[in-house]
Amino acid sequence: MAENETVWEVFIQSKNGLAHKHVGNVHAADKVMALENARELYTRRNEGSCIWVVKASEIVSSETEDSEAFFDPSNDKMYRHPTFYNMPEGSKHI
Amino acid sequence: MLEESFQEQIDAERKIEPKDWMPDDYRKHLIRQMSQHAHSEVIGMQPEGNWITRAPSLRAKMILLAKVQDEAGHGLYLYSATETLGISREELVQQLHEEKAKYSSIFNYPTLSWADMGAIGWLVDGAAIVNQVSLQRTSYGPYSRAMVKICKEESFHQRQGYEIMAEMAKGTAEQKEMAQDALNRFWWPSIMMFGPQDSDSPRTGNAMKWKIKRQTNDELRQSFIDKTVGQAEVIGLTIPDPDLKWNEDRGHYDFGEMNWEEFWSVVNGNGPCNKQRLAHHKKAHDDGEWVRNAAKEYARKQELLLN
Ligand SMILES: [Fe+2]
Ligand SMILES: [Fe+2]
Repeated sequence: MAENETVWEVFIQSKNGLAHKHVGNVHAADKVMALENARELYTRRNEGSCIWVVKASEIVSSETEDSEAFFDPSNDKMYRHPTFYNMPEGSKHI
Repeated sequence: MLEESFQEQIDAERKIEPKDWMPDDYRKHLIRQMSQHAHSEVIGMQPEGNWITRAPSLRAKMILLAKVQDEAGHGLYLYSATETLGISREELVQQLHEEKAKYSSIFNYPTLSWADMGAIGWLVDGAAIVNQVSLQRTSYGPYSRAMVKICKEESFHQRQGYEIMAEMAKGTAEQKEMAQDALNRFWWPSIMMFGPQDSDSPRTGNAMKWKIKRQTNDELRQSFIDKTVGQAEVIGLTIPDPDLKWNEDRGHYDFGEMNWEEFWSVVNGNGPCNKQRLAHHKKAHDDGEWVRNAAKEYARKQELLLN
């Protein structure tokens, strides 16, 4: 069987000023081809103003099973949220 | 234990993601269903590709070309989503070539006239839309997201087909006859696209329990028929089913017996175009091999230059 092509994950910025968002992936031998394939596959209807492609093998992900432990520390730090604070009566625009 | 918490996730309408634990049979069912879906998109380009060079106007040609290109895209979205289950695209293509994986039988029928482009867009894409809208709610995250993207692109497919049918139906007597003939040939295969009746569909149980499928074959088929009858009336064409009639009690159309013998015969490789479709796919794949090799070799050399 033929060897598998490199997989590239595709991120598209739908318009200037917005963050790039993951949309899927393409197979390609190199980065130029990856960009061209991504353009043909994911932006046939003006979906984007900028495309990033990243080799899937280069992406590091946290594990779903560990997510509770991994994200736990943030739960007991309520002072990171604005609602934690008592504002003096009558104060405005804050 | 794992199985229980998996089912709890499903029941709570949470999506299953590639790295989550899943029962082996869930994975297998998805690989079979999703790869069959992907292959259908890809093989489905052939009957329509057949008319691109003979489209009756430049407008018609551009539309058909764009539609067929979309179908290639749908195939790729679905292959990508299937690969997240741990099977490579090369294996998927190999399974197609070895006839271990199937594709929708509808594409084993020939496209004999331009009106068939109308019938396919209207009925085949129409049926696909009913199925795919339902699958947007499937439990497997990557499949669900692929469906959302595909559904956004599909509605133009159905409308361009219906427009062709409407134009021909109000054209010359001969054109109207071509449109009616296309409807006659594609109607029954289209409603059989939803698969066997629920009573003969052994895998439906698990697929519904795991929420891979959200509606049964019969429910989807009924919903397609209910939508389509009125559309045929509007353009003055007749659906080739003498038993088709509105059932006040059910709030649905009743319809005639489907010819399952023909359905299974086509599924099992004996349709008018099964051999041709597969041979064409293999040839295109083999003919493209030098391009893939050249691209890989070029990439390898570029790497060497950098290091
Ligand atoms: Fe499609
Ligand atoms: Fe389509």
